[in-house]
Amino acid sequence: MMRFLEKVLPLFSWLCGAVLVAAISSVTGYLLFKGLRGVNLGLLFGTTDPVAALMLRQQVFDGLFPAMVGTLSLVLMSVGWAIPIGIAAGIYLAEYARGRTKMIFNLLFDILAGLPSVIIGLFGFSLTLFLNRHVSEALRPCLLISSIALAFLVLPYIIRTTQLAFESLPVQSRMTARALGASRLQNIVHVLLPQAFPGISSGVILAIGRCAEDTIVIMLTGVVASAGVPRSLLSPYEALPFYIYYISSQYGDQQELARGYSAAILLLIICLFLFSLAFLIKKGARYRTLYRP
Amino acid sequence: MIRGCERAVERLFFGAAFISALITISIFGFMFVFGLPLFSGGRFPEIMTRPWAPHLGVFGIYPMIAGTFAVSLLAMVFAFPLSMGCAVLISVTGQGRLSRLLRRTVEIMTGMPTVIYGFVGIFLLIPLVRGIFGSGSGMCVLSAALVLAVLVSPTMILLFCDSFERVPPSYGHAALAAGATKIQRFLHVTLPCAGQGIIIAFTLSLGRAIGDTLIALMLAGNGVQVPASLFDSVRTLTAHIALVFAADHDSLEFRAIFVCGMSLYLLTAILSLLARRAGSKRRQQ
Repeated sequence: MMRFLEKVLPLFSWLCGAVLVAAISSVTGYLLFKGLRGVNLGLLFGTTDPVAALMLRQQVFDGLFPAMVGTLSLVLMSVGWAIPIGIAAGIYLAEYARGRTKMIFNLLFDILAGLPSVIIGLFGFSLTLFLNRHVSEALRPCLLISSIALAFLVLPYIIRTTQLAFESLPVQSRMTARALGASRLQNIVHVLLPQAFPGISSGVILAIGRCAEDTIVIMLTGVVASAGVPRSLLSPYEALPFYIYYISSQYGDQQELARGYSAAILLLIICLFLFSLAFLIKKGARYRTLYRP
Repeated sequence: MIRGCERAVERLFFGAAFISALITISIFGFMFVFGLPLFSGGRFPEIMTRPWAPHLGVFGIYPMIAGTFAVSLLAMVFAFPLSMGCAVLISVTGQGRLSRLLRRTVEIMTGMPTVIYGFVGIFLLIPLVRGIFGSGSGMCVLSAALVLAVLVSPTMILLFCDSFERVPPSYGHAALAAGATKIQRFLHVTLPCAGQGIIIAFTLSLGRAIGDTLIALMLAGNGVQVPASLFDSVRTLTAHIALVFAADHDSLEFRAIFVCGMSLYLLTAILSLLARRAGSKRRQQ
């Protein structure tokens, strides 16, 4: 049996590598083949004048501009919620929590990190129902609710990367300032935080990427197929990944479908750019946030 | 003065951690409270085992549970050997440059948006499946599982590689010194020592396959039935939530998705716990 395995393993591994590379290159190749021609300024602004659209003086009806604005505001807001809470919680876990407390927090964050995005979306949706009934009738699924739900989704990413960045600092840098009389907080703020910064920022960038590509959470909490540029925090909005999903099932003609392909390329470029950035800052950041080594 | 400030900041940090932990708990609480009308009166076993027939007043989620397991387990059947093969190619059989290149590719693949896999799946894979197997619309367990396998493989490959690298190098040197080839070293030394790491990779990836919504929603066809073959259209728990959430908010039909939500919550939480246990066992070794 082992003899046989020893003979077959190299061949098998090469085969698997070939299958994986074939799969990923057919996905990207197919997209580029179908949609690269459509990637230009017209994709974003349609027939509207770009300058007028950017100044919000004219509505864009046949371009991706509203979806891009929607995704951008969504990302900024969710990461804005998640960064302060996530970093503070990560620092608490790495520097203050001990024993039982630490174990319980670790456990809960592991569960949170493993929850499917549809659960987070459903939570956001039921939160809206709850607020609608008990706080204000005016609250409906909207940009604000989506951004809060997305913040829940990426919170474990930021907590984990922060915690990992702090915990992997060498003992020397932990001790030196303390030995010179710095307090615990001074040590964290002036010595440890600057050193942990690359790790934290790579986590933040991964969180941005996750917010930009998520489709399910926003689907349950307020994204719509056409809303124009979002007017307020409490209005529905468009987003790039939802547009791609929507086109895949509801496209009217070939022209719309072609725009779907181009939109997919756009999203791919955005996500790969963010990912490479995070990767350059810190190697192998993403998959390590999924579990605690 | 400084003392007080230190205390205040520590409280603030604790508050942040506490809020995050509270989110985990309140998500479960919301699922439970909203699903309550279906739990009361001993209806729970009925929901888990009956079919879904809203027009008859039957809100069982059994077909969706079956669908979830069919899609995710089949995806793991494809993904596990594929990932193992690729991990072996990266850390054992591949040489220098090529293995680095493959690793880079896999790392980039972890950053691919899910919706893109779904989009390409609809227009590239579905017609292929329909053409080759010539049955139905092509939206079936097989199509969803194939794409899902590509989706979860990169993370699994990296976790496998990681667990191979954790085996102390001296073990491997000993095997090589005793005359083993690189492949023998891998099969007889590295692989047995990396057992817990492989369990971690498997459970985390299974959790992701169970929790993925978009691929199943776009490619599995969403027909409510217990699948009898690979070419049957199925609806997963996740897709069911995404499809029914817009129903009338006071109906039992709507309440049933919170039972789906709770089942998913418990399933993924159990998998996270299993992965944690494997992790702590590995630390003890």
